Amino acid sequence: MKENTPLLQVQDLKVYFYTEEKEELRAVDGVSFYLKEGETIALVGESGCGKSVTSLAILRLIDSDGKIQGGKIILRGRDLLSLSEKEMREIRGRDISMIFQEPSSALNPVYTVGDQIMEAIILHQKLPRPQARKAAEEALRLVGIPEARKRLDEYPHELSGGMKQRAMIAMALSCHPKVLIADEPTTSLDVTIQAQILELIAELQHRLNMGVILITHDLGVVAGMAERVVIMYAGKVVEEGSRWDIFHHSFHPYTWGLLHSIPRLDIKQEKLAIIPGAVPDPLNFPSGCRFRNRCPLADELCLTEPQWREIESQHYVYCHHYSQVEVLKTRGFER
Amino acid sequence: MNRETRRILRRLLSNTSAILGFVLLIFFVVVAIFAPLFAPPPPNKDPYIMPIVTWSSNPLPPSPEHPFGVAGKRDIFYGVVWGTRTAFRVGIIVTLISTALGLLVGAVAGYFGKLWDEVLMRITDIFMAIPFLVAAMVLTTILGAGLDKVMIAMTAFSWMYPARLIRGNILQIKEEQFVLAAKALGVSDFSIILRHVLPNTIFPVLIQASMRMGSLVITAAALSFLGVGAPQGYADWGALLNYARNWMLGGQGEALKYWYMTVFPGAAMVLFVLAWNLVGDTLRDAFDPRLRL
Amino acid sequence: MNDTPLLQVQNLKQYFPIRAGVLRKIVDWVKAVDGVSFEVSPGETLGVVGESGCGKSTLGMSIMRLYEPTEGKVFFQGQEISSLQSSQLKNIRRDIQMIFQDPFTSLDPRMHVGPIIEEGMKVHHLASLPEIRRRALDLLEKVGLGAEYFSRYPHEFSGGQRQRIGIARALALSPRLIVADEPVSSLDVSVRSQILNLLKDLKKEYQLTYIFISHDLAVVRQVCNRVMVMYLGKVVEIAEGEVFFSTPYHPYSVALISAVPVPDPDYEVKRIILSGDVPSPINPPEGCRFHTRCPVAQEICQQVEPVLEQKEKNHWVACHFPGSLSYKGQ
Repeated sequence: MKENTPLLQVQDLKVYFYTEEKEELRAVDGVSFYLKEGETIALVGESGCGKSVTSLAILRLIDSDGKIQGGKIILRGRDLLSLSEKEMREIRGRDISMIFQEPSSALNPVYTVGDQIMEAIILHQKLPRPQARKAAEEALRLVGIPEARKRLDEYPHELSGGMKQRAMIAMALSCHPKVLIADEPTTSLDVTIQAQILELIAELQHRLNMGVILITHDLGVVAGMAERVVIMYAGKVVEEGSRWDIFHHSFHPYTWGLLHSIPRLDIKQEKLAIIPGAVPDPLNFPSGCRFRNRCPLADELCLTEPQWREIESQHYVYCHHYSQVEVLKTRGFER
Repeated sequence: MNRETRRILRRLLSNTSAILGFVLLIFFVVVAIFAPLFAPPPPNKDPYIMPIVTWSSNPLPPSPEHPFGVAGKRDIFYGVVWGTRTAFRVGIIVTLISTALGLLVGAVAGYFGKLWDEVLMRITDIFMAIPFLVAAMVLTTILGAGLDKVMIAMTAFSWMYPARLIRGNILQIKEEQFVLAAKALGVSDFSIILRHVLPNTIFPVLIQASMRMGSLVITAAALSFLGVGAPQGYADWGALLNYARNWMLGGQGEALKYWYMTVFPGAAMVLFVLAWNLVGDTLRDAFDPRLRL
Repeated sequence: MNDTPLLQVQNLKQYFPIRAGVLRKIVDWVKAVDGVSFEVSPGETLGVVGESGCGKSTLGMSIMRLYEPTEGKVFFQGQEISSLQSSQLKNIRRDIQMIFQDPFTSLDPRMHVGPIIEEGMKVHHLASLPEIRRRALDLLEKVGLGAEYFSRYPHEFSGGQRQRIGIARALALSPRLIVADEPVSSLDVSVRSQILNLLKDLKKEYQLTYIFISHDLAVVRQVCNRVMVMYLGKVVEIAEGEVFFSTPYHPYSVALISAVPVPDPDYEVKRIILSGDVPSPINPPEGCRFHTRCPVAQEICQQVEPVLEQKEKNHWVACHFPGSLSYKGQ
C-alpha cells in the first residue's frame, strides 16, 4: 500500500554549524520524521529550534558555515545526501520546492515575475520560451492572481505582499513538485491575507496531491492545516503525533506549556501559563534533556538523554516524565 | 573582557596584513618620536630644516656617512627621518580638523534634516565638485606657500567625505527605535546626538579617517613636489622628491644612476600609506557588524 | 474608575507628504491617521487593532508627539498636549511612556542596561544619582531581571529579556499612561505569555493605563478591556472587550476575528475570507473605505462615508449595515 512507504523520510539528521572560533553549534541534532504523499505535516518550534535549518537541509541548501554531519534524507527510496550537486539541482524545484517567509526578499527585484517563474520551467521541463510563458501564466492563474497575463510582465515591487506570496507559490508549484516546504509562509502577512494564503495552500495541496511540510511557530495555523505535528525544541524533535494527539493530549511538558501559554482568541484566559526562561543559546544547550532548565518536572534523571518512545500508536515523545504531564494541569507550570 | 572584545582582538591578531599594518605604523611612530636620536639635528637650528651637508649641487650616492645619499646638498636619511614627523603632523592635524568639521556638518544635516540638510549637502556637493589639486594650488597661491597653508587647503577640501558618511549613517540610525525611545523619555536633541547617535555612527568615520590619513600625506607630498608646499629645505618626503626632479631620468647612460633620490623618500611614503590603509582595513573588518555573530 | 478620561483624542490627523522631482515638491499625502477620536479612561487597557498600514502605530507615535500631528487635538488629564512647544513637552513625557515593538533596535547597542534605565530619570532630575541607581536596580528586579544584569550590553540578552529592559525604561519615569506598540509580536511564543503577564502585573501594581497596539486579536482579547479597530486610518469600531469578541458589528471586525487561527483542531468557525488587499492610504476608496473588500457592501457604501456612531452603550461603529455579517453559526 502506498500509505506505508513515506514519500520523504528524514532519519537522524544532524546539521552542525561552526563559528569563527570553531565552536560547534548543533542546530539540528538527530531529527527524524516522515511525510506521506498528499499529507501536510507541521514542524513547530520557536526561533533556534532548528526547524528552518532542517528544511534547508532537505534541499541541501545549508550555507558554508554549516555541515550535514549525519543522517539520511530519503525521497522515494533515494538518499538525497548521497547525490551529486548536479543531481540535487534537478531535485530542487522539480521534486521539492520551497516557499519562504519574506516574499519581498525571495523574489529578485530586477526581473519580472514572469521571467522568474519561467526560469524554473525552462530549466526543469526544457520547454521553449513561448510554452514556458503559457505555463507561467497558468501557474499564476492557479494561485488566484487576477489578470495573470498582465502580471507576468510586472516587477515584484508592483505587487502587494499577499500577491508576492502568491507569485512565490506559483513559482514553487510551476513544476508540480511532490513536496512543498513552506517556511513560515504567512508570518509576515496580515491576518486577512494569511487566511487567503493558507486557504490557497490547502486547496492546491489537495488538487496537486502534494506532501506539504509547513514550518511555523504559530500553533493556530498548525491546528487548521496539519494532519501530523512534529514539535521541535533546541535541535531535537520532542514530540510527534496527529494533531489531535498534540492538541488534546500532549505528553511533552514543552508542548503542554506552549499550548497553555499562547493567548487564544476563542476564550478569555484568566492568566496565561508561563514557560520560565528563554530558548537556550545553541552554543550552550543543556546536557541531557535540553528542556530541563525550563521544565517544572525536571529532576536528576533529566541530566541523561531521554528515549524516543511511542506512547500510543504514532504518538511519540522524547521525555523521561511524560507520564506525569497531567500534574501540570493542577500544579501549573511554575516551578 | 567580554566575548565581543575577545573576538575583535582575535580577528586582529590572526590576520597577517593587520599585523603588518600595525608593525609598520609602530615603526613610523618610533622613528618620529626618536628622530633626534636617529638623525641628530645640528645644535641651535630648527631641526625641521635639513642641514646643508655639501656645497656641490650634484647628488651623492649612499655612503657610510650619508646612508641614503645626498640630494639638493642635504642628507636624504635626515630628511626621511624628520619627514616622518612632518607626515604625521600633516596627516593627524588635517584628519582631525576635517573629521571634526565633517562630523559637525554631517550630524546637523542628518539629524535635523529638511532645510539644514538641503543647504549643507549642496555646499558639500559644490566642494566635492572642485578638483582638489587645482583648488589647493589656487588656495596656496592666494595664501602663500608653506606647510600650514597646505594644511588649510587640504582641510578645506577633505571635510566633505566624513560629512557625507556621517550624514548617511545618521539617517539610518535616526530611524532606529532607540532614538525614538530617547525622545519619548524627554532627552534633548543635542544629547540624543551626543549620547545615542554619534557613538553608533562614529566607527565608520574613524576607519575612513585612518584610510584618509595615508592619502593626505601623498597629497601633501604632491603639493610639495609641485613646489607649493613645504618651504625650501624643509624635512618633508615630497620636498625630497622635488630635489630629484632634475635627476630622475638618470644620466651618463645609466637610467637608474640616481635611484636613491627617489627610492628612499618614495619607499617611506608608500610604506606610510600602506600602513594606514592596512590598519583602516583591519579596523573595518573588526568592527563590521555584518561579520558579528 | 472615575469618569474623566485620562486621554482624549479629537479628530487626530497625521499625514505624511510624498515628495517627488528635483525640487522635492509635495505631490501627495499618505493619510496614515485620518480623523480619529477616542477616549481612554484611567486604569483601562485599550487595544488598538488593525492590519499593517491601518495607522495604529502612527497613532501611537502621534499621541506621544514623536510625530507632529497634522490636525486634531490630544488632551492628557484635560491639558492639551498636541499644541505644546517642544520645551513644555518634556513634562508630559514623564506621564506618557512608550514600549516599542522591536526589542533589538529599541535599546542603544552601545549603552549598558543600567544607564539605559537611568537615562530618563537623569534627564528629568527625578532624584539624586545614588537614588536613581537604586531605583534602576529595583526596576530590574521588578521586571524579572536580576541586579547583576546592570552592567551588561543589550546584545547579551534574549528578545524577551530585552523587552523587559524596555519596560523597565518606560516605568522609570512612573508614567500614568503607557503606549505599548506591538510589545510581544517579535518575541518567541513561549516568551510572549511571560511579557503579557508582566504587563498585567505591573498595571495592577502601578495603576497604569495602557494603549495596547497590536495586530494579534488573541493577545488583545487576553489583555484589553476595550478594543478599537482601525482600517485605513479610520476607526471603524470601538467596543468593550468581551462584547467585541462575541458580537462585533463591523464586517471588517468580523472578518478579522474569523481569520485568526485558533490552536484547537476542533474549533469550528465560519471563515470569512476577504478578497484583495488593503488599498493604499494615499488614495483611499471613496465612501466607506472598506467597501472594496466588504462582503456585504451595497450601493450606498461606495458613495457615503459612514460616521462612527454609538449603536449601543459604549459600542461605536462606523458602518451602514452594522451587524449584518457574523462569523458564528453553521
